[in-house]
Amino acid sequence: MPGTIQKTETLPIKNGSDVVSVRQRVRVWTTEMKFSLVEQTKIVTAASELARNTLEHGRGGEVQLALITNGARQGIQMAFSDHGPGIPDVKLALSDGYTTGKGMGLGLGGSRRLMNEFEIETEPGVGTKITCIRWK
Amino acid sequence: MERIPILRMGNFLLVTIQVDMHDKLAITLQDDLTNRIADVGAKGVLIDISSLEIVDSFIGRTLANIASMARVLDAETVVVGMQPAVAITLVELGMSLPGIHTALNVETGMEFLQQTVADFQERDHAWDYTED
Repeated sequence: MPGTIQKTETLPIKNGSDVVSVRQRVRVWTTEMKFSLVEQTKIVTAASELARNTLEHGRGGEVQLALITNGARQGIQMAFSDHGPGIPDVKLALSDGYTTGKGMGLGLGGSRRLMNEFEIETEPGVGTKITCIRWK
Repeated sequence: MERIPILRMGNFLLVTIQVDMHDKLAITLQDDLTNRIADVGAKGVLIDISSLEIVDSFIGRTLANIASMARVLDAETVVVGMQPAVAITLVELGMSLPGIHTALNVETGMEFLQQTVADFQERDHAWDYTED
């Protein structure tokens, strides 16, 4: 991912309340970074989807929030990592309507649309790391 | 256990979601509402989400489930007060909440429910008449 990391905060994702905490921390970060209300809502929604994925599919993990700069540009980077079973078919997992969990299968593809950059590293049996950025 | 209160007003049930719901709370609301509809024979359900700062796919699906279950139990559901930023995000996420009636505020939502229930009753009466 392009850019220089300025500051970070790591939050655990071990249960349903942690998903709510992640949403609330991302809201604080995006407010402080002066994203518009619509942008804040998109970033918080993406964080909620990805945190739930980490919990449901990755059997829990953590997220690292980072303030990232690239020249004059500033953005928020969110990196969700778990040591779960991994994603066997990333292309399939990104397609709308594909679900193995309780959701509607919009989590991964939907959150990719809500962010500017989106990267998935996954290995069967080792875990998954999803890193995404929204620039200001 | 944490619960979202359900108010009854005549034939209608009213819910205002004012907290950032975790998934379990959303499921509890879905179960509670479905039970209350059956218990009191409610004809309409109004859910006010004006305090919700986000609606993600899970909450969206819960709202859709509530509307479907209510319909099976002969009640209409209307979701009111969605913030514009939430609406923009939901559509981009890929959810347009098909099958859910929406209204801009509580007032127009109640009007919709009253109108829908009145239409039903009229139709029922017309049917009674033709049978005589």
